[in-house]
Amino acid sequence: MSRIEGRFRVTLGEFSLDADFSVPSHGVTALFGQSGSGKTTLLRLIAGLARARGRLVVDGDVWQDDSVFVPTHRRALGYVFQEASLFPHLSVRANLEYGWKRVPSGERTIQWDEVVDWLELAPLIALRPHQLSGGQRQRVAIGRALLSCPRLLLMDEPMAALDTGARADILPYLERLHHALELPLLYVSHALDEVTRLADHLLLIEAGRLVYQGPLTEGLTRLDLPLAHRDIAATIVDAIVIAHDRALQLTHVARGPVVLELPGLHGSPGAPLRVRVAARDVSLTLAMPQQTSILNLLPATVIELADDAPGQVLVRLALDDTVLLARITRKSALLLGLRPGTPVVAQVKSVAVA
Amino acid sequence: MSLTEADTSAILLTLKLAAITTALLMLIATPLAWWLTHTHARLRAVVTALVSLPLVLPPTVLGFYLLVLLGPKGAVGYVMQQLGLSTLPFTFAGLVVGSVVFSLPFAVQPIANAFAAIGARPLEVAATLRASPWDRFASVAIPLARPGFITAAVLAFAHTVGEFGVVLMLGGNIPDQTRVLSVAIYDHVEALEYADAHLLSAGLVAFSFLVLLMLGRYSGHWQRTPT
Repeated sequence: MSRIEGRFRVTLGEFSLDADFSVPSHGVTALFGQSGSGKTTLLRLIAGLARARGRLVVDGDVWQDDSVFVPTHRRALGYVFQEASLFPHLSVRANLEYGWKRVPSGERTIQWDEVVDWLELAPLIALRPHQLSGGQRQRVAIGRALLSCPRLLLMDEPMAALDTGARADILPYLERLHHALELPLLYVSHALDEVTRLADHLLLIEAGRLVYQGPLTEGLTRLDLPLAHRDIAATIVDAIVIAHDRALQLTHVARGPVVLELPGLHGSPGAPLRVRVAARDVSLTLAMPQQTSILNLLPATVIELADDAPGQVLVRLALDDTVLLARITRKSALLLGLRPGTPVVAQVKSVAVA
Repeated sequence: MSLTEADTSAILLTLKLAAITTALLMLIATPLAWWLTHTHARLRAVVTALVSLPLVLPPTVLGFYLLVLLGPKGAVGYVMQQLGLSTLPFTFAGLVVGSVVFSLPFAVQPIANAFAAIGARPLEVAATLRASPWDRFASVAIPLARPGFITAAVLAFAHTVGEFGVVLMLGGNIPDQTRVLSVAIYDHVEALEYADAHLLSAGLVAFSFLVLLMLGRYSGHWQRTPT
């Protein structure tokens, strides 16, 4: 499988970035970290908008090394900035055409109509940028980037400047792109909910250092990483919808032998559905409980435990190849005698669509 | 009362001078303004000061040094003579050179301000959309700086129309060649022909007022349009 591999070292005053990464050139890779951790700097280095010593190879093509620096306009990339940054002197159509016209027609890897359909741009196309709402502008900016036929799409917190409503409007489009396109997407965010919803891979960055790179599920649940210790720590499970219980309004999803029930009717049978299980919604017992209100009772094995907030521990559980986190009190862990390898029953109080 | 033939000639000559000066200034000021906006060179401060000099110098001083420089004994004049060209003082071409220098800051500053106001982002966006540096300049920077170009052109034109000191020092008062409007007015006043002086002066006042009115309307154009 081809990859995007890079290594950058740069010092800017107090801040230094030292990143050595390799991400698959398919799917969504979230570049996640606090403000000021260097996410945007790294993205700009990848785009060639900023320069530092380093090396960058995209699918075998050298974009930068000691003797090569391909300028931004010769890199087949799309970049969506935090602010839509549409050209104010051009109509929406001319904005969309800007990159499109600059790609020779024989080299176009994407269809104009496809992009306009996916992002539902047809009603906007005759307007001027100032006539659009924030969410619409960002949709046009995404369309404009896609129409430049990139081999790599970079997004720098494309929803950070939007209000909650506009964010909720944009997310489904991003999810649709994710499923419809082969294109690798490198997505900078400091919002964990966006990451759990969209990403397949994770680059975790802290103060200019990459502290984790790999699959999202592992990055979310590794007890030596900060994400598992957040208040809102959660696991995602990429499952398949297997059935709907219309009478009781439940959806059954499965990942291997692990079956989860969640309230509401979601997706259609056979469709992939990513669900989210918060660490604080998982409790543990040693024996299968009888007569409980909790629907999801899953036999699991303790992998490891780690101290969390005072009086609390985080327990990492394996259910076949699915991993869950449980946040319980230290007292409970002692009373149950939990150790790596202990068989338990995970009681999952709540499962939600990611 | 109507214009004399000499006055009509002076008006036409003034408009011709202003038009040519403005066109040349657009060509010179655009790259200069771009360089001033984007360079980090130490030379930047020096060039900014040089370009701004005509703002503070008395036009007679500017005209005097141009006369010296362009004259047969000046560096430029000497080289021109060696190349078999005639020297510039007391010619229309000489006036054009003087006017360009005199109005340079009025053209450079609005354009430089407009380039600076665009910021880096639109050009970065264009780069990510496969536009080469020249392409970005032509398709993004120039159209976005349009209000600056309009201001620059109008100011350069109007400033050239109103120029007096440099013309007098460098061009003298040769009918149909260097006798422009402001010099014609001066002549009328000297000859106590106040009616003629009034006619031309009032025309110039009306013209200047209209120019400033237009400028006020245009310069707010983009600001009123949220992006």
